[in-house]
Amino acid sequence: MRWARGPAGFGWRAARAVLVAGLSVGLVACSDDAPSALDPRGPDSQRIATSWWLLFGLGAAVYVVVAGFIVRGLGRPAPVPQQRLILLGGIVVPTLVLAVVGVETVQATRAVFEDDTDARIVVDGRQYWWEVRYPGDGVVTANEVHIPAGEKVTVDLVTDDVIHSFWVPELTGKLDMIPGQTNQITFEADEPGTYRGQCAEFCGIQHAYMAFVVVAHEPADFDRWLADRQEPPSRPEGPQARRGRQVLESEACAGCHTVAGTNATGDEGPDLSDVAARRELGAGATENTPEELRRWIRDSQDIKPGNHMPPIELSDRDLDALVAYLEQLDGT
Amino acid sequence: MSRTDAPSPDALTPELDADLEERLEYRWSDPPGIIGFFTSVDHKRIGIRYIVTAFVFFFLAGLMALVMRAQLAQPEADVVGPDTYNQLFTMHGTLMIFLFNTPVLAGFGNYLLPLMLGARDMAYPRLNAFSYWVFLLGSMFVLSSFAIGEVPDVGWFAYTPLSGPEYSEDRGVDFWGLGVIFIGVSTTVGAINFLVSTIKMRAPGMSLDRLPIFVWSIVSMALMVVFAVPAVTLAAGLLELDRLGGTAFFEPDRGGDPLLYQHLFWFWGHPEVYILFLPAVGMVSTIIPIASRERLAGYLWTVGAFLAIAFISFGVWVHHMFATGLPAQAAGFFSSASLVIAIPSGILYFCWIATMLPGRVQRTVPMLFSLGFLAIFLAGGITGVMVASMSFDVQVTDSYFVVAHFHYVLNGAVVFPIFAAIYHWFPKMIGRNLSDRLGRWSFWIMAIAFQFAFFPMHILGLLGMPRRIYTYEDGLGWTTLNVVISIGSVAFAVGVALTLVNVVRSWRRGSAAVPNPWGADTLEWATTSPPPEYNFAGLPVVASRHPLWDQQPLPLLIDSELDGPTDHEAETPTETDERQALLLRDLTPAGALERRSPMADGLHGNPAGSLLVPEPTWLPFVVALGMLVLAVGALYQSLPVLVAGGAYGLVGLVWWAWRTDQEPE
Repeated sequence: MRWARGPAGFGWRAARAVLVAGLSVGLVACSDDAPSALDPRGPDSQRIATSWWLLFGLGAAVYVVVAGFIVRGLGRPAPVPQQRLILLGGIVVPTLVLAVVGVETVQATRAVFEDDTDARIVVDGRQYWWEVRYPGDGVVTANEVHIPAGEKVTVDLVTDDVIHSFWVPELTGKLDMIPGQTNQITFEADEPGTYRGQCAEFCGIQHAYMAFVVVAHEPADFDRWLADRQEPPSRPEGPQARRGRQVLESEACAGCHTVAGTNATGDEGPDLSDVAARRELGAGATENTPEELRRWIRDSQDIKPGNHMPPIELSDRDLDALVAYLEQLDGT
Repeated sequence: MSRTDAPSPDALTPELDADLEERLEYRWSDPPGIIGFFTSVDHKRIGIRYIVTAFVFFFLAGLMALVMRAQLAQPEADVVGPDTYNQLFTMHGTLMIFLFNTPVLAGFGNYLLPLMLGARDMAYPRLNAFSYWVFLLGSMFVLSSFAIGEVPDVGWFAYTPLSGPEYSEDRGVDFWGLGVIFIGVSTTVGAINFLVSTIKMRAPGMSLDRLPIFVWSIVSMALMVVFAVPAVTLAAGLLELDRLGGTAFFEPDRGGDPLLYQHLFWFWGHPEVYILFLPAVGMVSTIIPIASRERLAGYLWTVGAFLAIAFISFGVWVHHMFATGLPAQAAGFFSSASLVIAIPSGILYFCWIATMLPGRVQRTVPMLFSLGFLAIFLAGGITGVMVASMSFDVQVTDSYFVVAHFHYVLNGAVVFPIFAAIYHWFPKMIGRNLSDRLGRWSFWIMAIAFQFAFFPMHILGLLGMPRRIYTYEDGLGWTTLNVVISIGSVAFAVGVALTLVNVVRSWRRGSAAVPNPWGADTLEWATTSPPPEYNFAGLPVVASRHPLWDQQPLPLLIDSELDGPTDHEAETPTETDERQALLLRDLTPAGALERRSPMADGLHGNPAGSLLVPEPTWLPFVVALGMLVLAVGALYQSLPVLVAGGAYGLVGLVWWAWRTDQEPE
């Protein structure tokens, strides 16, 4: 008879099943590959994750208790002291719970947000990539932020176009880059490793492919990495690569890109001085292989529609030469 | 004033009653056909129109969401390109917030407020019609961007400088900015109308502490609108000045400040959440007691919670900006205020629980949707407390966690109550019954699919998936959950479609509804279903918060032996007697020659004469058209059109001010 009135009985049972299924799917899906805020790899993200588990525990407890009251409310009539129930459940208990949340917020905020200091690194958000500068060391690269592991690192976040947001979930929370102001973020990676980051403020057509990585090195390796890049790239080896350098300097490339030690000094697009050493092209749009690089130069719009690099008209020979040259720019 | 011996019409015979209805009918009917459509100022017609129009946008925005879910169902999909995807999420948000949620609640408010107050119309019926026409024309203006092919694509929040002239060169953003100004005007005048109507247009005896709880929710909402909406109208206006007029309010290169825009936007944007939420909880607070056969426990607590939410919500907007690099102390203030606002919500929950516990809860369809609201908003409120915590918020803001949170709030805590309200008030509005069975199927499918469509988004956000990305790479651990969400969203749409089918079917050939199918307590159930143009033939006199439960039979103003309208002390007996006499003259059969509605004064709801209600008129439509011309002129930066629109609107307004559209006879 219940069925005749609609799917009520079915519904209540299904609702319970959903809860269980939902949690299981969630746990299965927690892949190791994800740049997860719950898989913290530094003290700041660790602190926030601790905060999360406290908030989650309190939240779950509140949910269960209040839902229990509601379910009881559907049962047999039970006279209650209404005013006292409202006072206790609606004011006293929430105030206590919120006080705990408040104290935790103050403590976590104090631990995560540091006072301004001198930054060694500047990350400049661009539509749709990241310029990474080490001003004191005279090094510029793109889409990869190299840091020493086990040390606090402070980064100045700036932009000249639109608002972007710097977010590396495994290391710390996000902070916006806003034109006309400099925001400072401090974080630390416990261990050497690669941590994925992504722009978190909608910044235009290719907001989706504005990823980057933070690469944490052993401090000695980091110093070597930096020293390598302080020297301009070595001269191209072989006739094809030498021709490639000429192509770079004479064609449209030089108007937008810089390669240290050459006539190419444009600053619209990423500095290419160590392009071959980077993991990906187009801020996460595709892998950095010679084939993809070739495809990118010919028509990056096909890979990342809407990015600011126009298709480049080059003969196959020039293109091959250019790729051969760029492949030698490996940062050493 | 306990009893009145004011002059009353002769003993009312059935014939005289019929005569009264005939006279009222003659006085209150709209002109037939298309002319009536454009000239009506009847709050019920306008209310239903609001609801239907808003639902058209709800379905459109829902379809947009389904396309987005198709695109995100697999990594690096190519269902739509990035340009289309960005337009879709921009328009999905814009339609849902500006063109669905806000107006649909205004529609219910419009329809129900005068009926619940025992009045015959709003205080400003022509303004009411104007508010609808501005909303409709503004919506069509925004949607015409699809026809032009220059669709807004900078997010429903349109942050500068991305939305500024340098980074958004086509007219897409102008459709958005000018459209927001329309909606801002429409909402603001609507809110003023709600406030004045509640204060002035009440049945004799309806003191403030006897206002139906839904009316209180509308009052609190309207108070917020009056203070909050001008901020977004201003933000959009200044943005348009930057874009069309070459100013630099938000242009950092020329000394402007993009954060100023964010402050203006969120000064409205966060109260807006509660502007939507309050009428929705007003609906739930109405339905739960009726289904529980119990009076709402803690009426004063509930009203206090509404007002507290309205007040505190003005101190929380910066929690949308925790990642902008604020000074820690400012952030601390806004973090605390955002936590404190959870307390009134706690009070509301326990008022509902304390109502349900002693009652015998009937699981009617409106009650099921209300229970869905209770279960979903509970989760949305809890995640709301989480994101109020600044240190945690910087991890999840602008991630899918926040997408999950606000869909629990805006879909769960606003759409579910709206569906509850449809099932609750459809029989009254249309005079036909909805199918109970379809309603149950619709509810259970929606409630269960909702969890699949939105719960996994919390996890995705914690796994680092940002909002507003048109695609993502495989191997980031986001794929499975996105598939689940997409399937859930399709199922959710099926649940919604069942209610659509139910409404369309019943509207055409549902069984006739009785006046009070739910055994409810408020005055809208005291008249026929659907109510006549004049709402009540005999105007009710109120002596309780639950007139239909406590006053049997309900005393009417036409009764010769009239119970005193109020047990409150009258100011001075003579003054009140005079007003009483006036009221009786105006609102009894003798007064049915004019379009009059009762007025009440101040706190106590003592009768304060009557208001002459305007006749149907073209003015609201005509003046609203002027706004459209003005907006088109601004869009194409054409001075002649701009001036013509302005002049036309101005003439319309002066004409409006000149005429009351009814000369007392």
